[in-house]
Amino acid sequence: MKTIGYIVQKEFKQIFRNKGMLPIIFVLPLLQLIILSNAATFEVKNIKFSYIDKDHTSASRALIEKFNASNYFNVITDFPSETLASSAMLKGEVDVVLEIPRFFERNLLKEKHTEIAVTINAIDGAAAGVENVYINQIVQAYNKKIQVGPMQPSNQMGMPKNIVTIPSFWYNKTLNYKTFMVPGILVLLVTMITLFLSGMNIVREKEIGTLEQINVTPIKKSQFIIGKLFPFWVIGMGLLTTGLIIAKLIFDVPMVGNLGVMYLYTAVYILVILGIGLFISNYTDTQQQAMFIAWFFVVIFILMSGLFTPIESMPEWAQILTEFNPIKYFVEVMRMVMLKGSSFIDILPQFSKTLLYALIMNGLAVWSYKKAN
Amino acid sequence: MKKENVIQAKNLTKKFGDFTAVDAITFEVGQGEIFGFLGANGAGKTTAMKMLIGISIPTSGAAEVANFDVFTQAEEIKKNIGYMSQKFALYDDLTVKENITFYGGIYGLSRERIKEKRCQLVEELGLQEVVDELVSSLPLGWKQKLAFSVALLHEPKIIFLDEPTGGVDPITRRQFWEMIYKTANDGTTVFVTTHYMDEAEYCDRVSIMVNGKIEALDTPKKLKEQFEAETMNDVFLKLARSPSPALPKGKGEINSNLNEYELKKSSPLGR
Repeated sequence: MKTIGYIVQKEFKQIFRNKGMLPIIFVLPLLQLIILSNAATFEVKNIKFSYIDKDHTSASRALIEKFNASNYFNVITDFPSETLASSAMLKGEVDVVLEIPRFFERNLLKEKHTEIAVTINAIDGAAAGVENVYINQIVQAYNKKIQVGPMQPSNQMGMPKNIVTIPSFWYNKTLNYKTFMVPGILVLLVTMITLFLSGMNIVREKEIGTLEQINVTPIKKSQFIIGKLFPFWVIGMGLLTTGLIIAKLIFDVPMVGNLGVMYLYTAVYILVILGIGLFISNYTDTQQQAMFIAWFFVVIFILMSGLFTPIESMPEWAQILTEFNPIKYFVEVMRMVMLKGSSFIDILPQFSKTLLYALIMNGLAVWSYKKAN
Repeated sequence: MKKENVIQAKNLTKKFGDFTAVDAITFEVGQGEIFGFLGANGAGKTTAMKMLIGISIPTSGAAEVANFDVFTQAEEIKKNIGYMSQKFALYDDLTVKENITFYGGIYGLSRERIKEKRCQLVEELGLQEVVDELVSSLPLGWKQKLAFSVALLHEPKIIFLDEPTGGVDPITRRQFWEMIYKTANDGTTVFVTTHYMDEAEYCDRVSIMVNGKIEALDTPKKLKEQFEAETMNDVFLKLARSPSPALPKGKGEINSNLNEYELKKSSPLGR
């Protein structure tokens, strides 16, 4: 115990004495949290909207006015012909071209049926999908008005009842993407910082030659490893705390659940990451190598975590792979506890898998750390 | 005057794949002896030393250090030895005081003992002024003396020094050897590798490794007689130049030997 104390003391001194490292540990992650949470959103706003109106009637103008009134669309211009519209799309001046055909109003009133053409720039497929949904919603709303308008005087009972869905968004009532992203990005920061720090720390001692000196002392492997990793565990928990405060103060993210559950889970989760970091450092000789390997895993973990893309839409083999992704569980738990108020029983599946993961990774790490070769 | 042996190696061998770095070396070192472990670069000195201090597992053979077996009792050996590596291995970003406290702590010394040792060490080395300075700010010579003293903190039976005076000025080198003598007088065995042949003359006994084998082992005086040489430098050159199957003799090697000769001549320690 005393021996561990000496190592922990030394590590903290070295961390706090390293003027270049301190901002990397404490300032950059929080800046990232603030910037990314504002920037990483799936909402599509300020869509550059243009139209070709071949009808020039009150009905066609009413439809365009609907788009104009929407928050999502900026009506940029109208085009007299398709050719001009497509060259503008090619230049990237517009995202959406709505084409209203001739006899739009006449067909609508007489035949109760007409068609409009929508062209969407789909280079960013996800954005195009969202834009399509918005356009459909506006057209539908317009449709209803047209239907209701002329029919008002007649008997309402005779009207076919439209099936209306009333969406109810649970746990994130306002569909606020920040509420969704902040817990996730916090997870990334805690993971990246603890993984990089622990992965590089022991390699650094290898590089400067002090590890050999340590290996010549009678210190036990477990003492050395615990003493080495404990400071990074503390830093990880500290980052979580600061991140949660920022989430509350700046983003007003709801904290429905029990903070104790969140901390308990994170305490175990960080052990997984430290185990991975130590394992990496045992098999690398330079900080550069360790950095590259850590980066490789972080990128895969992040992209397959369900943070940016839903796991449900991945191919089956990829879904199986995500089972081995610790970040996936952390993201799930953070969102469950923060937004849904899940209790310990609810997160038990994630908790037990993470605990098992921690035991395996740290077992491997201690086993692969050799004082002699 | 026959003293107890603290290091015994028998046919100690280390192979890395097909390459035999240390080839069945056999020797003994007595208590309180200053044992010089010589050899050209790449002769296998450091590898042999690493096996004795328990951070490299021998391929075959047997060895005991401080009466503990290198295969099964490496951790026991580590309690009884001190080691100073070629690379400076104190923490540059800790102060003199913090380095002493850290190493004392991991060797299991009590707080009072660490404090007592620290005061004694700082006074002996005359480091009072810089005790709270970062080690990185010290000149190399001071660093080496500090590293040597830190390796002796836990009062080991044997101290292993791997080229302790590399890159150090002649005055510091002399002071360093005074420290080595003092340590040996206190009963600690000193196992030292060096490239300076004048330093070899100061050792009680010297072994010379060539291509993983010990080719000569005796007191400097007897070695000079045996090889009919004036100085240890000549003994070394004769041995290192002898034809060997493993390494082709090229001009480069002879030149490097000559460089060492020049170095020795220009050193004020040379006789």
